Amino acid sequence: MDKTPQTTPQTDPRQSWTFSREVNSEIRRAAATGIYDIRGGGAKRRVPHFDDLLFLGASMSRYPLEGYREKCDTSVVLGTRFAKKPIELKIPITIAGMSFGALSGNAKEALGRGATLSGTSTTTGDGGMTEEERGHSEKLVYQYLPSRYGMNPDDLRRADAIEVVVGQGAKPGGGGMLLGQKITERVAGMRDLPVGIDQRSACRHPDWTGPDDLEIKILELREITGWEKPIYVKIGGARPYYDTALAVKAGADVVVLDGMQGGTAATQDVFIEHVGQPTLACIRPAVQALQDLGMHREVQLVVSGGIRSGADVAKALALGADAVAIGTAALIALGDNDPKWEDEYQKLGTTAGAYDDWHEGRDPAGITTQDPALMARLDPIAAGRRLRNYLNVMTLECQTIARACGKSHVHNLEPEDLCALTMEAAAMAQVPLAGTNWWPGKGGF
Amino acid sequence: MPVLDMLKTELREVNATLQSAAKAKGNEAYTIENPRGAHAMAVGLDGPISVTVKGSTGYYCAGMNKLATVHVTGSAGPGVAENMMSGEVIIEGDASQYAGATGHGGLLNIKGNASSRCGISMKGIDIVVHGNIGHMSAFMAQKGNLVVLGNAGDALGDSLYEARLFVRGAVKSLGADCVEKEMRPEHLEILRGLLERAGADAKPEEFRRYGSARNLYHFNIDHADAY
Repeated sequence: MDKTPQTTPQTDPRQSWTFSREVNSEIRRAAATGIYDIRGGGAKRRVPHFDDLLFLGASMSRYPLEGYREKCDTSVVLGTRFAKKPIELKIPITIAGMSFGALSGNAKEALGRGATLSGTSTTTGDGGMTEEERGHSEKLVYQYLPSRYGMNPDDLRRADAIEVVVGQGAKPGGGGMLLGQKITERVAGMRDLPVGIDQRSACRHPDWTGPDDLEIKILELREITGWEKPIYVKIGGARPYYDTALAVKAGADVVVLDGMQGGTAATQDVFIEHVGQPTLACIRPAVQALQDLGMHREVQLVVSGGIRSGADVAKALALGADAVAIGTAALIALGDNDPKWEDEYQKLGTTAGAYDDWHEGRDPAGITTQDPALMARLDPIAAGRRLRNYLNVMTLECQTIARACGKSHVHNLEPEDLCALTMEAAAMAQVPLAGTNWWPGKGGF
Repeated sequence: MPVLDMLKTELREVNATLQSAAKAKGNEAYTIENPRGAHAMAVGLDGPISVTVKGSTGYYCAGMNKLATVHVTGSAGPGVAENMMSGEVIIEGDASQYAGATGHGGLLNIKGNASSRCGISMKGIDIVVHGNIGHMSAFMAQKGNLVVLGNAGDALGDSLYEARLFVRGAVKSLGADCVEKEMRPEHLEILRGLLERAGADAKPEEFRRYGSARNLYHFNIDHADAY
C-alpha cells in the first residue's frame, strides 16, 4: 500500500473581478470613516482615449513635408468672433485654469513662466488673480467662476481673456471644496472668508441660470471691458453637442471643452469616476455643433482632459479642435508626483504617481500646498523651465506628426488622417476602425 | 447735466461715455433717458460720477460699480449692482432676483421690494431693502450687512458665512446654519448708520439679527442631513 501522503490539487485563490482588492479596500475605508473618498485629479479608470487612435501618415495619395526643413506652423488665434484683441499664441497648447489656493503661489508663478517662455497662455482659477501669475504670464485668462472669489473689475480689465466657467470635466454639475488646511490668511483674504474654514465653491453661478441669461452676462462682461477681451465659455464633457451650441448662442468667442480625465483640486472620487464623458467622446459632437452653426474655426474650440503628448495634441486638432489645454500634465512637468519624493509619499500612505490627496495640503513636491516649508521646495524659475521644455517637446511632436501627414499647419490635420484601434474609439472619434473603411454608426449601422 | 437718450444712443456708447467720465474723476452728473429695460447699463464705472437712470433697467445695471452713484428712478432687473466694489446704487422701485449678488462693498439701497436671492454670496456689500425680500436671500453670504425693513421669504441666510442679516418684519423660515443672534450695541450702531445712509424710516431696536451658527464651517458627515 502506498503510504505517500496525497495532496488534493487546489485551484489558486481567486480574487473577484467585481469585488477586487481595490474595491474591497474602499468598502472598508467607507465603513470605517462614514464619508466618501475625496481626492484630486481626474478619472483614473481606463476609458477610450487618444491612445486608441493612430495617424495614417503620408502615402501614395499625399506627400509628407520634410522634418526640420519645411515649415509646419503651430500658431493659433483665439477670440476672433467679437473681441477687439484676440489672443495670439505661438503654440496650440494652453495651460488650464487652476486656482491659487489649490496651488501654491510658486506653482502659479512657474506655470506663468513656462507658458510665457513657450508663447502661450495660462489661466487663473477659483480664488482670484495673484500677482505671481499676472506678473509672470504674458497672456493670462481670468476665470469667471460661480464662487466669484476675488472677482473684481480691475483684474477683469488687466486680463487678456475671460473664461466663464460653467463646468469642468472632472465634475460636470459639481462645485468644489477647499478644505480648511489650505485656507491660510492670504487665501482667506482673497476669498473674503475666515481663515481655516472649509471653503465651498458653488456649482452654479449666483446671478444667471441658463443660456439666455448667460448671453446677457457675457454682454455685461464685454461692456465692462470695452469689448476688448475674448470671452471663453468652459463646459464639462456632459452634453457636448448642445452645450457647445448653447455657448455659441450665448455669444462665446471660444468654447473650452473639458473631458472626464481633466483634473480638479478636490472632489468626490465617485463624482470623478462616474459623471461625465471621456474627452475622446466629446470632441466630435462639439465640432459638429460648431459646423452645424457655421461657426467652426470662427468660434475656437479648446479641448482639455488627459492631454499628455504631442500625439494627443495632434489627434485633438485632427478631430477639429483649435487648441488644447493641459493641467495635470503641466503639474507633473513642474515636479508633481516625482519619484524623488517617494519616501514622503510612502509616509502619506501612497506612492509617486498615485498621490492625489491634493486637498490636504501636504504635497511633498510643494505644488498643491500652502505650507510655507513645502512650498519652498518648488523653485518657480527651474519649474517654469521644465514646463517650457515640456511644452516645446509636445509642440515638436505635434509638428512631426503633422509633417508626416503632409500638413504645413497643425490645423490642417483632419479626421481623414486617423484610424482607430478599437470599435469604441472608432465610434467616438468617427474615424474608421483600422483596416476598414467603417466606424460604428456609419451608414446607419 | 449731460443727457444720454437711449432712443438715440446705443448701449455701447452710453457705457463708454460714462466709463470715460468716471475715469476722468470730474464728478460729473449724467442722466440716462428712455432706458426701456436695457441690460448691462452703467456697468464697470470706476470713479466718482453720478448717473440717474430715468426709468427701469434690465439685467446687471451698475454691475461691478466702483465709487460711482447710480440712481434708478424705476425698477431694476436681475443682478442689479452685482459684484459692486464701492459707491452707491439706489433703486426707487423694486429689484428682481440676485440684487447685489457677490458684492464686495458700497451700498445698494432698494426703496421697494427685492426678489429671491437678494445678497446671494455677498462679500462685503451693504444692502438695505425698504420692502420685503424673497426666498433664499443671503444664500452663502460671506461678508457685509443685509437690512430688510419688511419681511423675508423662505430659507433666509442658507449656508451663511459671516454676513450680518437684520430683519424688521417676519422671517418665513431660516436656511441651513442660519440662526437668530443677540443684537449687541455694536450691531445697533452698524444698523443705525446704515438706516441713516439709506434714508430709511426705522429704528435699529425694531430689528432682529440673524447670522451663521458656524456649524457647517467644517465638513462633518454628521451634518449631511442639514441639506
